[in-house]
Amino acid sequence: MLNHPALYLHFWIILISLPNLIVIGLMVLVFILALILPFPRKHVSQGGER
Amino acid sequence: MNFTGKVREQLVRALPPEELLPDEQPAYVHSYVYLFGILTLASFVMLILSGIVLALFGPQWWHISATGHFFNSVHFWSVQAFFFFMVLHLWAQFFMGAWRDGRGLTWVSGAITFVVSIATAFTGYLSQQNFDAQWIAVQGKDAMNAIGIGAFFNLLNFGQMYSFHIFLLPLLVAMLITLHVLQVRWRGVVKPYPLPDEEQGVMEARAKSVGVEPPAEEGES
Repeated sequence: MLNHPALYLHFWIILISLPNLIVIGLMVLVFILALILPFPRKHVSQGGER
Repeated sequence: MNFTGKVREQLVRALPPEELLPDEQPAYVHSYVYLFGILTLASFVMLILSGIVLALFGPQWWHISATGHFFNSVHFWSVQAFFFFMVLHLWAQFFMGAWRDGRGLTWVSGAITFVVSIATAFTGYLSQQNFDAQWIAVQGKDAMNAIGIGAFFNLLNFGQMYSFHIFLLPLLVAMLITLHVLQVRWRGVVKPYPLPDEEQGVMEARAKSVGVEPPAEEGES
């Protein structure tokens, strides 16, 4: 499958290969998940921000 | 005091050990968004390690042997991860305005690293020693000639592209990354944009209710 030309998607003036579209979609997904998922905390500092 | 002593004093003043290798970060850094930079760096380490193995054995090995295929794939997927996380890092720093409070040069060094990384990846495509590499070189040479550097940077010259890819450009990227990380350590991670007064009040009340310090105002250090 990887040794064949990629499938290209064409909407209006946008022409993009399916692999590139998947990668961009994954990047957007990972970015959103990084924003909304709670980051684990080992302990809560009482002494200010550092 | 002699020159060496002055340089040492300036370096220690600019980057004391606790700032150079901090074991704690500000409260707002507790988010996955701040991991994209180190993930880019980790991918770069994988790139260098797999690249060293490929350079040791050469193109015939990475095309023919199963182990060579494996290291070729590790190198390929490392570069995918490198650009994946670098672009996410770029997005994150853009939306948090990471050039603020005297961090302009940190942003610029990151942008230059991105551009040099693209050139490094491009010479990597040319160093594959397959039909893809030949096709990209034949197509790309016209762009090099059009911008007037074709005489110095000949895409059809495998030896030149290979030495650029395995020595000159990675060295430049490594130096730029080092400079970038030192700048981040020197200036610290940028504070989030200040909240509107109403939201600040809500955040302070919420922080007080769970017994932690509220986020600091802009300008404090």
